[in-house]
Amino acid sequence: MQPKLGVVGWLRFLWRQLTSMRTALFLLLLLAIAAVPGSLVPQRSSDPNGVTQYFADNPDLAPVLDNIQAFDVYSSAWFSAIYLLLFVSLIGCVIPRTKHHFIALRATPPATPARLARLAGFTTRTAPAGTDAGAAIASARTLLKSSGYRVALYDKAGSVSVSAERGYLRETGNLVFHFALVGILVVVGFGGGYGFAGQRVLVEGQTFVNTLLAYDSFNPGRFFDDSTLDPYTLTLDDFAVQYEAENLNAIGQPVDFTAGVTVTPRGEDPEPGEVKVNGPLRTGGTDIFLLGNGYAPSITVTSPDGSDVFSDSVPFLPQDANLTSLGVVKVPDGLAEQVGMIGFFYPTQETATSGAFFSSYPDLIYPMLTLNVYTGDLGLDEGVPTSVYSLNIDDMTQLTGGKTGVETIELRPGQTLDLPNDLGTVTFNNADPTAAADDLSNSVPRFASFDIHHDPTQLWVLSFAVLILAGLLTGLFVPRRRVWVKAVPQSDGTLSLEYAGLARGEDPALEAAVAAVADRHLASLPSTPLPKSGAAAAGADAVKPAVPAVSTPEQT
Amino acid sequence: MNLNDLSIMSLYSAMAVYALAFIAFAIDLAKRSAAVDAAAVQTADTHGQGAASVAASASSSAGGSGASTLTMNRLSARINNDATTPYSHSASLRVGMSLTVLAWALHLFATVTRGIVADRVPWANMYEFAMTGTLLIVAVYLVVLIRVDLRFLGTFVTGLVLVLLGVAAVSFYVEVAPLPPALQSAWLVIHVFVASLGTGFFALGFALSFVQLLQFRRESLLADTRPVRLRFLATLPSAATLENLAYRVNIIGFILWTFTLMAGSVWAEQAWGRYWGWDTKEVWTFIIWVIYAGYIHARATRGWRGSRSAWLSLIGFAAVLFNFGIVNVFFKGLHAYSGL
Ligand code: HEM
Repeated sequence: MQPKLGVVGWLRFLWRQLTSMRTALFLLLLLAIAAVPGSLVPQRSSDPNGVTQYFADNPDLAPVLDNIQAFDVYSSAWFSAIYLLLFVSLIGCVIPRTKHHFIALRATPPATPARLARLAGFTTRTAPAGTDAGAAIASARTLLKSSGYRVALYDKAGSVSVSAERGYLRETGNLVFHFALVGILVVVGFGGGYGFAGQRVLVEGQTFVNTLLAYDSFNPGRFFDDSTLDPYTLTLDDFAVQYEAENLNAIGQPVDFTAGVTVTPRGEDPEPGEVKVNGPLRTGGTDIFLLGNGYAPSITVTSPDGSDVFSDSVPFLPQDANLTSLGVVKVPDGLAEQVGMIGFFYPTQETATSGAFFSSYPDLIYPMLTLNVYTGDLGLDEGVPTSVYSLNIDDMTQLTGGKTGVETIELRPGQTLDLPNDLGTVTFNNADPTAAADDLSNSVPRFASFDIHHDPTQLWVLSFAVLILAGLLTGLFVPRRRVWVKAVPQSDGTLSLEYAGLARGEDPALEAAVAAVADRHLASLPSTPLPKSGAAAAGADAVKPAVPAVSTPEQT
Repeated sequence: MNLNDLSIMSLYSAMAVYALAFIAFAIDLAKRSAAVDAAAVQTADTHGQGAASVAASASSSAGGSGASTLTMNRLSARINNDATTPYSHSASLRVGMSLTVLAWALHLFATVTRGIVADRVPWANMYEFAMTGTLLIVAVYLVVLIRVDLRFLGTFVTGLVLVLLGVAAVSFYVEVAPLPPALQSAWLVIHVFVASLGTGFFALGFALSFVQLLQFRRESLLADTRPVRLRFLATLPSAATLENLAYRVNIIGFILWTFTLMAGSVWAEQAWGRYWGWDTKEVWTFIIWVIYAGYIHARATRGWRGSRSAWLSLIGFAAVLFNFGIVNVFFKGLHAYSGL
């Protein structure tokens, strides 16, 4: 028996430690500290490219950091341990407090202290001559009750008094706040598993069907069932951009991006829609966000015998604010060898004094596409997924640019040039061939990258957030206080009325409140005495439990 | 001169007047020290034991800091008159206050004209955040002054604002530019404004906690009848009173910060498709929130009331400044709006 009791006692001791205020504080501060490293080191969740870069830049340090989950701080074992312990502590702390609060909500205010003079805001008034003590206290009771106080009458040592308490809402607010925190954690922790987030790049004119295979990348929650995807279609009709052209301090700064789309819910008519940076489109149980955009030059590769072996609009990833963009073309079949090309696209090409090209404006004023050609193994046959945005040149031979001595291929919209080694030709198609020769503003198609999300918990999170705020406001600003009014007959026959208060928690306005009660009470006393029966009636219902103050309007 | 130049000029004028106000407040602090010396000499003359009597009265009020809620509340009610040495306000204090109000008016004009030139709210890049944020710090100070006499914080408030505005004008200045699409949202107006307002309260809380720590040290030294250096502290409220004031200011800041966090999440959902993604700026907003939650808890934890919780208030505001000055400029993240 003895050791078993020991274990229970030990557990109880641990539990008491865990749910103590000191531990809660410690864990809170620990949580703040533990959150810091995630802002110093790139995180896989928010900045996967940054993590790759970090590994490249710090090849020795990065694996060590990775071992301690420094790139996944917010899902790491140690970060989770801290907040889970904190929430266990929170629950262990709040449940007994809720119980106490329920009891307090039903209890009558405690007996009036013998000496009010030692309490906050103590003040005395002399009742109008002839006022009966019982009647005076009865009127104080009415006054306090109508101000939202819970009241009880006491008659001790020859002086009648009323004891009043209000502000139970303070503790209610505090408890609601803490429970809502738990609510958020639960909803985010479990509910998040029912959603998904996917990305898809669409070039102007392309259509996407909301099915699993159509996504470029797809991150389902743990409990997500892809049969619940609603297969609507989304077409990017056009992508409108507007750059600042007048303000000399901000030339070329983006002013507006608007994706004009058509959504066709299954079995329904197409509907036009719009996706903007701060204006997602909500359809088919998903929210569609505009995350990025850029150019997708249309490129055709033709073999020496004249057949097109590649023809597509290739999204190029923007590298700077003027949309110098980088892209890759892979031609696995149809030519003498596998061909890969790394291209730069400049919407408004200019030449630096060093001879290097750059883009001086993000819109299409003087577009140019440059391509470096590689031959060899594209690495597509191993079955390992490769990114469409990068070319592995380890097993390839460079044919143009760099140290090859062969000039890089440079193309304007509509131009065609020969590939080296008589491999064939490459064409940079003009998407708007009918425009005037000097108007290239529509010569290159644009792409938009969309994030498509489904998160069934958002409304819950928002509701708990509102509860948190409401709980905070009441928990911090509703004063919880006790007020006593005591009638003390004096030896000279007058009646002295004593008032005092006690704050339960922060209550800067307590003294003013007690003074206000005293003034209002005195004003309510008739200058001619009340008949005695009034006092007796008031005394009779004193034993009845009063209405809980929680439901009555607050007074400050 | 166009409106933009006018905005810049009035900002520089505001800085000059803040500087003058700072000097006036500093003179007032010196006068307070002199007044304390004079009072000590007077007591010494009448009682022949000046130091001891000052020490006794100080320790009696210091005793309140650890005592029951009851004593706390009686102390908090006597907010303005529990200084150990009475001090009738000097002319330089009045001058300092008038200059602060004047500087604030110029500052307000500079900020509003910047908004007019830009044709939007004047808080969309670092320069503008700094301008509006400091405007709100002073505004919060002036509004709180109506209820509580915090004029002794004049040096702190004008000094802080001067430094921040100086950095903003020199390092953060950018010409007016149109709002990038990412910032074209009603949430820019709400979220950033409330964050700046919260910062105003946290700044004041920081100042009060700082003086509280000085005052606590003084009270402890006096209790041991050891000499005290910053004598002007005798004319300021007791450490316990300062603690209560700091708490009240900080919880208002905390509620505004809670709202900032939530409004930011709603905006993040609209702009990036997720309400929370542990972006660097989100991380720091969260860290600040947790520190102040810790501060509130510390005040209810035995052994943490008083100086220890005051340190949390200082750390909290340091994190706020870090979040604004360092995270915005040097950390990588989605919140790339410093305009630099
Ligand atoms: C996720 C963790 C927690 C957070 C963010 C948090 C936050 C807060 C906040 C903001 C307040 C002030 C709001 C109000 O009074 O309504 C508060 C008060 C309080 N919390 Fe927590 N809390 C956490 C965990 C805990 C735990 C674990 C305990 C118990 C051990 C606890 C006990 C209390 C108590 C007793 C108060 C009242 C303090 C006072 O009256 O000044 N909290 N908490």
